[in-house]
Amino acid sequence: MSATAATGLDAGRQAAEAQRRKEQIRMWSARLISLAVLLIVWQIFGSRVNKAVFAPPSRVIEAGLAMAQSGELWSYLRGSLLTLIYGLALSIAIGLPTGILMARSKLAGYALEWYVAAFNSTPMVALVPLITLVFGFDVTAKVIVVIISAVFAIIINTEQGVRNVDQRLLEVARSFRTTERALWGDVIVPSALPYIAAGMRLAVGRALVGMVVAEFFTAVSGVGYLIVRYSNSFEPDHMLVPIVVVMALGIALTAVTGGIERRIAPWNKHEE
Amino acid sequence: MSGNDEKMRIERATRTFSAGSVVAFQDLDLCVPANQTLCIVGPSGCGKTTLLRCMAGLLTPTAGRILLDGRVVTAPSPAVAMVFQHFGLFPWKTVHENACYGLKLKGIPRSEWKARIAPYIELVGLTGFEHMYPYQLSGGMQQRTGLVRALALHPEVLLMDEPFGALDAQTRELLQEELLRILERERKTMVFITHSIDEAIVLGDHIAVISARPGRVQEIIDVGLPSSRTADDVRLSPRYTELRQHIWGGLRQQAVAAA
Ligand SMILES: Nc1ncnc2c1ncn2[C@@H]1O[C@H](COP(=O)(O)OP(=O)(O)O)[C@@H](O)[C@H]1O
Ligand SMILES: [Mg+2]
Repeated sequence: MSATAATGLDAGRQAAEAQRRKEQIRMWSARLISLAVLLIVWQIFGSRVNKAVFAPPSRVIEAGLAMAQSGELWSYLRGSLLTLIYGLALSIAIGLPTGILMARSKLAGYALEWYVAAFNSTPMVALVPLITLVFGFDVTAKVIVVIISAVFAIIINTEQGVRNVDQRLLEVARSFRTTERALWGDVIVPSALPYIAAGMRLAVGRALVGMVVAEFFTAVSGVGYLIVRYSNSFEPDHMLVPIVVVMALGIALTAVTGGIERRIAPWNKHEE
Repeated sequence: MSGNDEKMRIERATRTFSAGSVVAFQDLDLCVPANQTLCIVGPSGCGKTTLLRCMAGLLTPTAGRILLDGRVVTAPSPAVAMVFQHFGLFPWKTVHENACYGLKLKGIPRSEWKARIAPYIELVGLTGFEHMYPYQLSGGMQQRTGLVRALALHPEVLLMDEPFGALDAQTRELLQEELLRILERERKTMVFITHSIDEAIVLGDHIAVISARPGRVQEIIDVGLPSSRTADDVRLSPRYTELRQHIWGGLRQQAVAAA
């Protein structure tokens, strides 16, 4: 019985593998073609606009290579990345426990829900001037902006995830005489994980926005500052380099968190 | 041992919900004999699940009491294991991890888990599926996992809430036969809820017929077939036809009265 089951499964697995490879080819074709179209359109229209205002991709690439070779790009990007990493790490460290607390304690939920809603819907730009006033222009202020941008996505999703635990599974666990501690590891955390991962994905995007905005206002460092400087000196080709880098960073970080999401919750992908 | 051969007893138990406006069951008396199977049949919504949850110590009756070995049930007991209509498997655990769940909570050393579940895994034909996740399995295989999870604890009492109710007819009969084989090897006290009269006769030593909500015991039937049996034996016996007609007649009267 198990032998026939196994061969049947093998055949199924092979078919699924072929299907996946086909899907990969389709995916990358679509991505590369859309990118090529974008670049061509940008090249055609970018070349017709005043050089002091806008640049086609050919000039941006040229500028990018020059900035990379001189070390300029990396020296600014380094500061930005550090801000981003500190900010995201602290957002997770603050957001996870807060979200869990809000879901498990009614009182904590009542006490905090207004502020979470308020901060989550306030554009960070409105707060940046205040933050620089209080914390000055160095890394601390930038990290705080990143945290305020990202942490609420994590709090809200974590809370949702913990709240949405299947009540029936909690009862199953109780019937098998679980302890409170085991309940967390066996039921609550795994069932909240997909939500938490989705929160992280949102948080990464918002952290990037926060980072750039903070650098506009606060510092003479980071890719945000680079954008402002080249914009003021009417060098759009150089200005677009850090913008493209931030966009690429957004794509890469989203892909990474998506990958982590699939890895930590393999049971969660059965709609394929 | 409580001296006689009574494992559980329900004494004038009532359970209400929504501040008393929904009465799941009322003044219910029932005795569960040791090492036998008591099947409970009744129309849906008559409080069968609620009753079983009370017996498992997951819920307390609003009035009356439930005894296990002569002691009032207040919390889930280590002597009892439950199988659920919705299977109750953890989607993030493999078949093996799900099956070992109770052993893990009981603090049994990890090195002993495999040996402990192996006979049951084999008995229900789950060999080769241990590393799959529930979503990769059919309903039948999922409930087999739920069954192994309960049996691995070597419980004295099995509480089964329509465990085969979500399965197709054919899988259902296979699982009934597997369950009979398991009980053949290790006698247990079992309370088996079902709304299938056929299933109640095939598995039960006694059948309690519960009336529509608020549930009360309408009749207790002694099946009178040997405990050691196969499903075919039962279905081919004249007693089967007789019981089927008898129980169906009673339930139909109820249904007509309710309509
Ligand atoms: N947690 C609950 N809260 C409110 N009402 C409930 C709850 N559980 C069950 N009930 C009600 O109690 C009655 C009996 O339900 P149940 O025990 O599930 O019946 P059965 O298992 O026989 O179909 C139903 O009317 C149901 O709506
Ligand atoms: Mg039910």
